[in-house]
Amino acid sequence: MSKRTIQFSIYRYDPDKDDAPYMQDISVELEPTDRKLLDALTKLKAKDDTIAYRRSCREGVCGSDAMNINGKNGLACLTDIDGLKQPVVLRPLPGLPVIRDLIVDMTQFFKQYHSIKPYLVNNDPAPERERLQSPEDREELNGLYECILCACCSTSCPSFWWNPDKFVGPAGLLAAYRFLADTRDQATNERLDNLEDPYRLFRCHTIMNCVDVCPKGLNPTQAIGKIKDMMVRRAV
Amino acid sequence: MSIPVLKFDAVIVGAGGAGLRSAIQLSEAGLKTAVLSKVFPTRSHTVAAQGGVAASLGNSEEDHWHWHMYDTIKGSDWLGDQDSIEYMCKAANEVVVELEHYGMPFDRTDNGKIYQRPFGGHMSNFGEKPVRRSCAAADRTGHAMLHALYQRNVKANTQFFVEWMALDLIRDAEGAVVGVTAMEMETGQVVIFHSRATIFATGGAGRIFNSSTNAFINTGDGLGMAARAGIPLEDLEFWQFHPTGVAGAGVLITEGVRGEGGILRNSSKERFMERYAPNAKDLASRDVVSRAMATEIKEGRGCGVNKDYILLDITHLDPATIMKRLPGIREIGIQFAGVDCIKEPLPVVPTAHYQMGGIPTNYTGRVVVPKGDDLASVVPGFYAAGECGCASVHGANRLGTNSLLDLLVFGKSAGDSAVEDLKAGKAHRELPQGAAEQSLARISALDNRKGGANVYETGLAMRRCMQDHAGVFRFGDMLKKGVDKILEIEKAAHELEIKDKSMAWNTARTEALELENLIEVAKATMISAEARKESRGAHVRDDAPDTPEFPNGRNDKEWLKHTLFFPQEGNKIVYKPVNMKPLSVETIELKTRSY
Ligand SMILES: Cc1cc2nc3c(=O)[nH]c(=O)nc-3n(C[C@H](O)[C@H](O)[C@H](O)COP(=O)(O)OP(=O)(O)OC[C@H]3O[C@@H](n4cnc5c(N)ncnc54)[C@H](O)[C@@H]3O)c2cc1C
Ligand code: SF4
Ligand code: SF4
Ligand code: FES
Repeated sequence: MSKRTIQFSIYRYDPDKDDAPYMQDISVELEPTDRKLLDALTKLKAKDDTIAYRRSCREGVCGSDAMNINGKNGLACLTDIDGLKQPVVLRPLPGLPVIRDLIVDMTQFFKQYHSIKPYLVNNDPAPERERLQSPEDREELNGLYECILCACCSTSCPSFWWNPDKFVGPAGLLAAYRFLADTRDQATNERLDNLEDPYRLFRCHTIMNCVDVCPKGLNPTQAIGKIKDMMVRRAV
Repeated sequence: MSIPVLKFDAVIVGAGGAGLRSAIQLSEAGLKTAVLSKVFPTRSHTVAAQGGVAASLGNSEEDHWHWHMYDTIKGSDWLGDQDSIEYMCKAANEVVVELEHYGMPFDRTDNGKIYQRPFGGHMSNFGEKPVRRSCAAADRTGHAMLHALYQRNVKANTQFFVEWMALDLIRDAEGAVVGVTAMEMETGQVVIFHSRATIFATGGAGRIFNSSTNAFINTGDGLGMAARAGIPLEDLEFWQFHPTGVAGAGVLITEGVRGEGGILRNSSKERFMERYAPNAKDLASRDVVSRAMATEIKEGRGCGVNKDYILLDITHLDPATIMKRLPGIREIGIQFAGVDCIKEPLPVVPTAHYQMGGIPTNYTGRVVVPKGDDLASVVPGFYAAGECGCASVHGANRLGTNSLLDLLVFGKSAGDSAVEDLKAGKAHRELPQGAAEQSLARISALDNRKGGANVYETGLAMRRCMQDHAGVFRFGDMLKKGVDKILEIEKAAHELEIKDKSMAWNTARTEALELENLIEVAKATMISAEARKESRGAHVRDDAPDTPEFPNGRNDKEWLKHTLFFPQEGNKIVYKPVNMKPLSVETIELKTRSY
């Protein structure tokens, strides 16, 4: 790749000085080694240090730099800059309050995550050594434990937009199923009770947006389906 | 101006593996604890660790903590303290089993136990043959561990201050630590956290180098804060480099690529390793390869516009072999170099990975500094653990999987020590006059300065200087010049200008404050490295070559000692002896290191 100039249209809002958000047109020249959208943002920031966004690992494992990129949620550090239609339109994740520029207030998202009791519950006295789990039982956790809590999924889910306070959302439900699926966990009934509600689980209408955007290739819809199955099985 | 004061029994700065592990001890002991982090806890860089965590569980074959201790001391090139190393290796099984009880999704053996794999330098029976000691969750051990530790803290109701940046350490007239100042990133508000115990778990500072496997947030804030408060920094000349990280991105490429026949080439496509290691060529040991690569780049034979990388070529291999043996590497190449290694060579550079040194502590996690005749006198109220601490278990070179272990063991012991001291101790010590003044002055200087240095440019100059002068292979004259250069850059780093003046989520300001911390670490590294006139572990200099008198350039007569760097006292260095005496077993005697 050679040097090239990329055009951006970026959502800007600084509560300290702006009455309302606006879109800023800005361009930046990239070095041949700049590959990812996050590289471009780093260069943009070198030019204008007032552009605010979160980032850390730059390799798709920390979940910091989720944003809306040309209309679709994704991680800046895993998105190739070339191949994006220009101007590249960057907005904060939809459906959450904006703090500044591309930074959203994640409180509601984490509140829902915390609401499912995201920790192993096992009330037996701790044995001296590890609790045993067969490789097959362990396999059940694949596709669940890898979630990086980036919120791409929940903020692309219409049900979450309308009811962020009542619907747990795909990320939280994926985490709920991660513990339901763990043979070491003893709180199955409490976990299901906690979701037995017209909103918390049942607002999911299988629209699949969440699966479409997950940068880790996870499938919250499938996990939600499995929780629904467990509810049904428990009822009979 | 009056600054709000929040009172806690304990304040933990950092919510990576080390911070979260110590938080569990304090929260479960019912103490009022605040955990501060620049990022949401699970975004800390512990999340990026892949390979595993060491413990001699012996789930697949016989193993013993004493063997692990031997390997760690040998790996450290005998610079590690043998009491701390014994303590860590002995505690490993317990802390790993605890993690499992917290819910960590370890891979499993057929009989349901924690899965273990072999790893570099970990051997059975005092160096005999490789042993399966690394406890792993696929190649996502750090992710699985960090989430499990966070979840346990949710259960324990730990109080987090997420997206708060600690700015400065507060010490009273007697030198005791009484808390920190911190800034809420969302509002720019500065607050004093007044505490009886302060634990630093701020992680590494890999971002002092231009090419690093570390995250953007790994800026050595804990070391910067400690240094500004007069605490010395230990053994910072020792940095671990990996030969092949993706140029520019820093993401690691495994040695297995060269094992499959990969060849390193310079700008004229020459297979230069033939000149440096006629027999082993590209498969020579890590330090030899890294040093050869650094020499090629330094002598102008690097590739690309800036002549600053080397090409790793596997285009001569059968594509089917690549797809079968190296599919993950192909993915990384495509993601981070935009290169399909089946068709084009990968741009790579030796990549800074891990800081062996840090804030000096003993194995109980208490920070220790020289005072009078005592070279390791405890600083009341101050603890450190994880990559920012130096207990010193890694000495001059860390073994893979020993860092995740370090942060569990010393995170826990620092937490336990704080609980013990808090239960024995009295009320809060008084805050000194103007406790927040230093922080406020730093911020207001940033907000008001006109015509100062640019943060991005200054950071780049520092990273390039470190890469060129204190990289993989070190030269006496280059180190000398590096010291002059870094002191020049330090001046700029204290004269930064930012354009963003907002109180809301001002990332320009945080980056400037981070650079003020990075420069402390860069300076300590360069000056300590210049001063150490031998080669040991990761610190290899041309003027301390391999000779019969000094095998591998190591000089135990003069240099078997830890560096303590005092930036507040004219960049003075004090040396302290290595602790060669373990807690219960015999000393592992000095030997020439070879594998
Ligand atoms: C790519 C990679 C792979 C690795 N793989 C392995 C492996 O397989 N096995 C192994 O043993 N080791 C491995 N390591 C090393 C190991 O992962 C790290 O050394 C370790 O995770 C560091 O943990 P920590 O808790 O000390 O710091 P971190 O996890 O980096 O956490 C630091 C914390 O401090 C906070 N913080 C920093 N400054 C401030 C401030 N000013 N105010 C408030 N909060 C602050 C941050 O927000 C963060 O929460 C690897 C390292 C890398 C980079
Ligand atoms: S499948 Fe369910 S959770 Fe996923 S986007 Fe649709 S409604 Fe939301
Ligand atoms: S499920 Fe995927 S998209 Fe949703 S938070 Fe987890 S990693 Fe992000
Ligand atoms: S910066 Fe960590 S996921 Fe992108």
